[in-house]
Amino acid sequence: MNQIPEIFRVVPVNNFIVLATVLFCIGILGVLTRKNAIIIFMSVELMLNSVNLLFVTFSSYKSDPAGQVFVFFIMAIAAAEVAVGLAIIVMIYRRIQTTDVSLLNNMKG
Amino acid sequence: MVQNLFYFFSFLAVLSAIMVIISKNPIHSVLYLILTFFTLSGHYILLNAQFISIVNLIVYAGAIMVLFLFTIMFLNLKDDEFVGSRIWYNLSSVFIVLVLAGLLVSKFAFAPVTVADEASRDSQIGMVENLGQTLFSRFLVPFELVSVLFLSAMVGAVMLGRREKGEKNF
Repeated sequence: MNQIPEIFRVVPVNNFIVLATVLFCIGILGVLTRKNAIIIFMSVELMLNSVNLLFVTFSSYKSDPAGQVFVFFIMAIAAAEVAVGLAIIVMIYRRIQTTDVSLLNNMKG
Repeated sequence: MVQNLFYFFSFLAVLSAIMVIISKNPIHSVLYLILTFFTLSGHYILLNAQFISIVNLIVYAGAIMVLFLFTIMFLNLKDDEFVGSRIWYNLSSVFIVLVLAGLLVSKFAFAPVTVADEASRDSQIGMVENLGQTLFSRFLVPFELVSVLFLSAMVGAVMLGRREKGEKNF
Protein backbone atom coordinates (compact mmCIF):
# COMPACT_ATOMS: atom_id res chain seq x y z
CA MET A 1 0.00 0.00 0.00
CA ASN A 2 2.78 2.41 0.83
CA GLN A 3 4.99 1.58 -2.10
CA ILE A 4 5.23 3.76 -5.16
CA PRO A 5 3.28 2.20 -8.04
CA GLU A 6 5.18 0.78 -10.94
CA ILE A 7 3.36 2.80 -13.60
CA PHE A 8 5.49 5.90 -13.12
CA ARG A 9 8.53 3.92 -14.26
CA VAL A 10 7.08 1.81 -17.05
CA VAL A 11 4.57 4.18 -18.70
CA PRO A 12 5.90 7.61 -19.74
CA VAL A 13 3.68 10.58 -19.00
CA ASN A 14 3.49 11.41 -22.72
CA ASN A 15 1.32 8.33 -23.31
CA PHE A 16 -1.34 9.74 -21.04
CA ILE A 17 -1.10 13.13 -22.74
CA VAL A 18 -1.62 11.52 -26.15
CA LEU A 19 -4.59 9.52 -24.85
CA ALA A 20 -6.21 12.65 -23.40
CA THR A 21 -5.59 14.52 -26.67
CA VAL A 22 -7.22 11.76 -28.70
CA LEU A 23 -10.27 11.67 -26.41
CA PHE A 24 -10.55 15.46 -26.57
CA CYS A 25 -10.43 15.41 -30.38
CA ILE A 26 -13.13 12.73 -30.49
CA GLY A 27 -15.24 15.02 -28.32
CA ILE A 28 -14.70 17.94 -30.71
CA LEU A 29 -15.65 15.71 -33.63
CA GLY A 30 -18.88 14.76 -31.84
CA VAL A 31 -19.76 18.39 -31.22
CA LEU A 32 -19.10 19.31 -34.86
CA THR A 33 -20.83 16.43 -36.62
CA ARG A 34 -23.85 15.41 -34.56
CA LYS A 35 -27.19 17.21 -34.72
CA ASN A 36 -28.88 15.77 -31.66
CA ALA A 37 -28.43 18.23 -28.78
CA ILE A 38 -28.08 15.44 -26.20
CA ILE A 39 -25.25 13.75 -28.13
CA ILE A 40 -23.50 17.13 -28.46
CA PHE A 41 -23.82 17.48 -24.71
CA MET A 42 -22.32 14.03 -24.15
CA SER A 43 -19.38 14.96 -26.39
CA VAL A 44 -18.78 17.97 -24.15
CA GLU A 45 -18.73 15.58 -21.18
CA LEU A 46 -16.16 13.48 -23.02
CA MET A 47 -13.94 16.55 -23.49
CA LEU A 48 -14.30 17.43 -19.80
CA ASN A 49 -13.26 13.91 -18.86
CA SER A 50 -10.19 13.97 -21.06
CA VAL A 51 -9.09 17.13 -19.27
CA ASN A 52 -9.78 15.41 -15.94
CA LEU A 53 -7.52 12.56 -17.01
CA LEU A 54 -4.77 15.05 -17.81
CA PHE A 55 -5.16 16.75 -14.42
CA VAL A 56 -4.97 13.45 -12.54
CA THR A 57 -1.98 12.34 -14.62
CA PHE A 58 0.07 15.41 -13.86
CA SER A 59 -1.05 15.39 -10.24
CA SER A 60 0.18 11.82 -9.81
CA TYR A 61 3.38 12.15 -11.82
CA LYS A 62 4.34 15.36 -10.06
CA SER A 63 3.12 14.12 -6.66
CA ASP A 64 0.96 17.18 -6.01
CA PRO A 65 -2.64 16.85 -4.71
CA ALA A 66 -3.80 20.20 -6.14
CA GLY A 67 -4.59 18.68 -9.54
CA GLN A 68 -6.84 16.04 -8.04
CA VAL A 69 -8.68 18.64 -5.97
CA PHE A 70 -9.22 20.61 -9.16
CA VAL A 71 -10.85 17.53 -10.71
CA PHE A 72 -13.44 17.69 -7.93
CA PHE A 73 -14.33 21.22 -8.93
CA ILE A 74 -14.59 20.23 -12.57
CA MET A 75 -16.94 17.37 -11.63
CA ALA A 76 -19.09 19.69 -9.50
CA ILE A 77 -19.33 22.28 -12.28
CA ALA A 78 -20.10 19.52 -14.81
CA ALA A 79 -22.96 18.32 -12.61
CA ALA A 80 -24.42 21.83 -12.36
CA GLU A 81 -23.97 22.32 -16.11
CA VAL A 82 -25.75 19.05 -16.90
CA ALA A 83 -28.70 19.93 -14.67
CA VAL A 84 -29.22 23.30 -16.36
CA GLY A 85 -28.43 22.05 -19.87
CA LEU A 86 -30.82 19.12 -19.73
CA ALA A 87 -33.55 21.45 -18.42
CA ILE A 88 -32.95 23.68 -21.47
CA ILE A 89 -33.11 20.66 -23.79
CA VAL A 90 -36.38 19.52 -22.25
CA MET A 91 -37.76 23.04 -22.74
CA ILE A 92 -36.67 23.06 -26.40
CA TYR A 93 -38.34 19.67 -26.86
CA ARG A 94 -41.60 20.99 -25.42
CA ARG A 95 -41.57 23.84 -27.91
CA ILE A 96 -40.54 22.15 -31.17
CA GLN A 97 -40.95 18.40 -30.38
CA THR A 98 -37.35 17.56 -31.35
CA THR A 99 -33.81 18.12 -30.09
CA ASP A 100 -32.25 18.60 -33.53
CA VAL A 101 -30.04 21.68 -33.28
CA SER A 102 -30.26 22.39 -37.02
CA LEU A 103 -33.95 23.21 -36.54
CA LEU A 104 -33.18 25.90 -33.98
CA ASN A 105 -32.99 28.71 -36.54
CA ASN A 106 -35.32 31.27 -35.01
CA MET A 107 -32.50 33.75 -34.50
CA LYS A 108 -31.22 33.30 -38.09
CA GLY A 109 -27.68 32.75 -36.83
CA MET B 1 1.51 -6.03 -16.45
CA VAL B 2 0.78 -2.38 -15.64
CA GLN B 3 1.80 -1.44 -19.14
CA ASN B 4 -0.61 -3.96 -20.65
CA LEU B 5 -3.40 -2.70 -18.43
CA PHE B 6 -2.69 0.86 -19.54
CA TYR B 7 -2.86 -0.06 -23.21
CA PHE B 8 -5.98 -2.16 -22.67
CA PHE B 9 -7.81 0.67 -20.90
CA SER B 10 -6.62 3.21 -23.47
CA PHE B 11 -7.80 1.08 -26.36
CA LEU B 12 -11.17 0.52 -24.73
CA ALA B 13 -11.53 4.23 -23.88
CA VAL B 14 -10.82 5.40 -27.43
CA LEU B 15 -13.02 2.69 -28.95
CA SER B 16 -16.00 3.46 -26.73
CA ALA B 17 -15.50 7.22 -27.20
CA ILE B 18 -15.70 6.71 -30.96
CA MET B 19 -18.81 4.56 -30.48
CA VAL B 20 -20.39 7.40 -28.46
CA ILE B 21 -20.29 9.73 -31.43
CA ILE B 22 -21.13 7.25 -34.18
CA SER B 23 -23.95 5.18 -32.69
CA LYS B 24 -27.36 6.16 -34.01
CA ASN B 25 -29.40 5.38 -30.92
CA PRO B 26 -28.84 7.95 -28.14
CA ILE B 27 -29.28 5.27 -25.45
CA HIS B 28 -26.37 3.31 -26.92
CA SER B 29 -24.33 6.51 -26.85
CA VAL B 30 -25.02 6.92 -23.14
CA LEU B 31 -24.05 3.31 -22.42
CA TYR B 32 -20.78 3.68 -24.37
CA LEU B 33 -20.06 6.91 -22.51
CA ILE B 34 -20.52 5.02 -19.22
CA LEU B 35 -18.02 2.43 -20.52
CA THR B 36 -15.59 5.28 -21.28
CA PHE B 37 -15.96 6.56 -17.72
CA PHE B 38 -15.28 3.07 -16.34
CA THR B 39 -12.05 2.84 -18.34
CA LEU B 40 -11.02 6.30 -17.15
CA SER B 41 -11.63 5.14 -13.58
CA GLY B 42 -9.31 2.23 -14.33
CA HIS B 43 -6.70 4.75 -15.43
CA TYR B 44 -7.15 6.67 -12.20
CA ILE B 45 -6.59 3.52 -10.17
CA LEU B 46 -3.43 2.81 -12.18
CA LEU B 47 -2.32 6.36 -11.40
CA ASN B 48 -2.75 5.78 -7.66
CA ALA B 49 -5.71 8.20 -7.43
CA GLN B 50 -8.17 5.82 -5.79
CA PHE B 51 -10.54 8.38 -4.36
CA ILE B 52 -10.92 10.29 -7.65
CA SER B 53 -11.61 6.95 -9.33
CA ILE B 54 -14.48 6.10 -7.01
CA VAL B 55 -15.87 9.64 -7.17
CA ASN B 56 -15.70 9.47 -10.95
CA LEU B 57 -17.77 6.29 -10.92
CA ILE B 58 -20.32 7.60 -8.44
CA VAL B 59 -20.74 11.13 -9.79
CA TYR B 60 -20.24 10.64 -13.53
CA ALA B 61 -21.28 7.08 -14.29
CA GLY B 62 -23.81 7.06 -11.48
CA ALA B 63 -25.50 10.43 -11.26
CA ILE B 64 -24.84 12.43 -14.44
CA MET B 65 -25.31 9.55 -16.86
CA VAL B 66 -28.54 8.47 -15.16
CA LEU B 67 -29.76 12.03 -15.69
CA PHE B 68 -28.92 11.74 -19.39
CA LEU B 69 -30.58 8.34 -19.67
CA PHE B 70 -33.66 9.61 -17.87
CA THR B 71 -33.95 12.61 -20.19
CA ILE B 72 -33.55 10.49 -23.32
CA MET B 73 -36.20 8.01 -22.22
CA PHE B 74 -38.42 10.88 -21.06
CA LEU B 75 -38.27 12.65 -24.43
CA ASN B 76 -38.76 9.47 -26.50
CA LEU B 77 -36.19 10.54 -29.09
CA LYS B 78 -36.04 9.08 -32.56
CA ASP B 79 -32.71 8.11 -34.11
CA ASP B 80 -31.12 10.94 -36.01
CA GLU B 81 -29.13 10.40 -39.17
CA PHE B 82 -25.36 10.65 -38.99
CA VAL B 83 -24.48 11.61 -42.56
CA GLY B 84 -27.01 12.47 -45.23
CA SER B 85 -27.41 16.00 -46.51
CA ARG B 86 -24.46 17.37 -44.58
CA ILE B 87 -21.78 15.07 -45.99
CA TRP B 88 -19.37 17.84 -47.05
CA TYR B 89 -19.80 19.57 -43.72
CA ASN B 90 -19.06 16.32 -41.87
CA LEU B 91 -16.07 15.47 -44.08
CA SER B 92 -14.55 18.91 -43.53
CA SER B 93 -15.11 18.58 -39.75
CA VAL B 94 -13.33 15.23 -39.75
CA PHE B 95 -10.47 16.77 -41.74
CA ILE B 96 -10.15 19.74 -39.38
CA VAL B 97 -10.20 17.52 -36.30
CA LEU B 98 -7.60 15.18 -37.84
CA VAL B 99 -5.32 18.17 -38.52
CA LEU B 100 -5.81 19.39 -34.95
CA ALA B 101 -5.14 15.91 -33.51
CA GLY B 102 -2.04 15.51 -35.67
CA LEU B 103 -0.66 18.86 -34.56
CA LEU B 104 -1.33 18.25 -30.87
CA VAL B 105 -0.06 14.67 -30.85
CA SER B 106 3.09 15.50 -32.82
CA LYS B 107 3.79 18.30 -30.34
CA PHE B 108 2.95 16.43 -27.16
CA ALA B 109 4.10 12.88 -27.89
CA PHE B 110 7.77 13.69 -27.40
CA ALA B 111 7.49 16.79 -25.23
CA PRO B 112 9.97 16.79 -22.36
CA VAL B 113 7.95 16.70 -19.14
CA THR B 114 9.65 16.83 -15.76
CA VAL B 115 8.14 14.45 -13.22
CA ALA B 116 8.84 14.08 -9.52
CA ASP B 117 11.78 11.83 -8.74
CA GLU B 118 11.48 8.67 -6.67
CA ALA B 119 12.68 10.23 -3.43
CA SER B 120 10.19 13.10 -3.28
CA ARG B 121 7.18 10.97 -4.25
CA ASP B 122 4.34 10.44 -1.79
CA SER B 123 2.24 7.31 -2.30
CA GLN B 124 -0.66 8.69 -0.22
CA ILE B 125 -1.41 11.61 -2.57
CA GLY B 126 -4.68 10.21 -3.89
CA MET B 127 -6.10 9.12 -0.55
CA VAL B 128 -9.15 10.83 0.93
CA GLU B 129 -7.24 12.13 3.95
CA ASN B 130 -4.63 13.96 1.93
CA LEU B 131 -7.14 15.34 -0.58
CA GLY B 132 -9.43 16.54 2.19
CA GLN B 133 -6.57 18.38 3.88
CA THR B 134 -5.79 20.17 0.62
CA LEU B 135 -9.44 20.85 -0.21
CA PHE B 136 -10.24 22.46 3.12
CA SER B 137 -7.06 24.48 3.49
CA ARG B 138 -5.73 25.73 0.15
CA PHE B 139 -9.02 25.45 -1.76
CA LEU B 140 -11.53 26.52 0.87
CA VAL B 141 -12.78 29.63 -0.95
CA PRO B 142 -13.38 27.82 -4.30
CA PHE B 143 -15.15 25.08 -2.36
CA GLU B 144 -17.59 27.58 -0.87
CA LEU B 145 -18.06 29.25 -4.26
CA VAL B 146 -18.97 25.88 -5.78
CA SER B 147 -21.78 25.54 -3.25
CA VAL B 148 -23.16 28.93 -4.37
CA LEU B 149 -22.89 27.76 -7.98
CA PHE B 150 -24.83 24.60 -7.11
CA LEU B 151 -27.58 26.65 -5.51
CA SER B 152 -27.92 28.88 -8.56
CA ALA B 153 -27.89 25.85 -10.89
CA MET B 154 -30.62 24.20 -8.84
CA VAL B 155 -32.79 27.32 -8.92
CA GLY B 156 -32.12 27.73 -12.64
CA ALA B 157 -33.06 24.13 -13.44
CA VAL B 158 -36.29 24.40 -11.48
CA MET B 159 -37.17 27.70 -13.16
CA LEU B 160 -36.46 26.27 -16.62
CA GLY B 161 -38.42 23.09 -16.02
CA ARG B 162 -41.49 24.89 -14.76
CA ARG B 163 -44.59 24.66 -16.92
CA GLU B 164 -45.61 27.99 -18.35
CA LYS B 165 -49.09 29.35 -17.98
CA GLY B 166 -51.48 27.97 -20.59
CA GLU B 167 -48.99 25.39 -21.88
CA LYS B 168 -50.20 21.86 -22.37
CA ASN B 169 -48.30 19.10 -20.68
CA PHE B 170 -46.58 16.57 -22.86
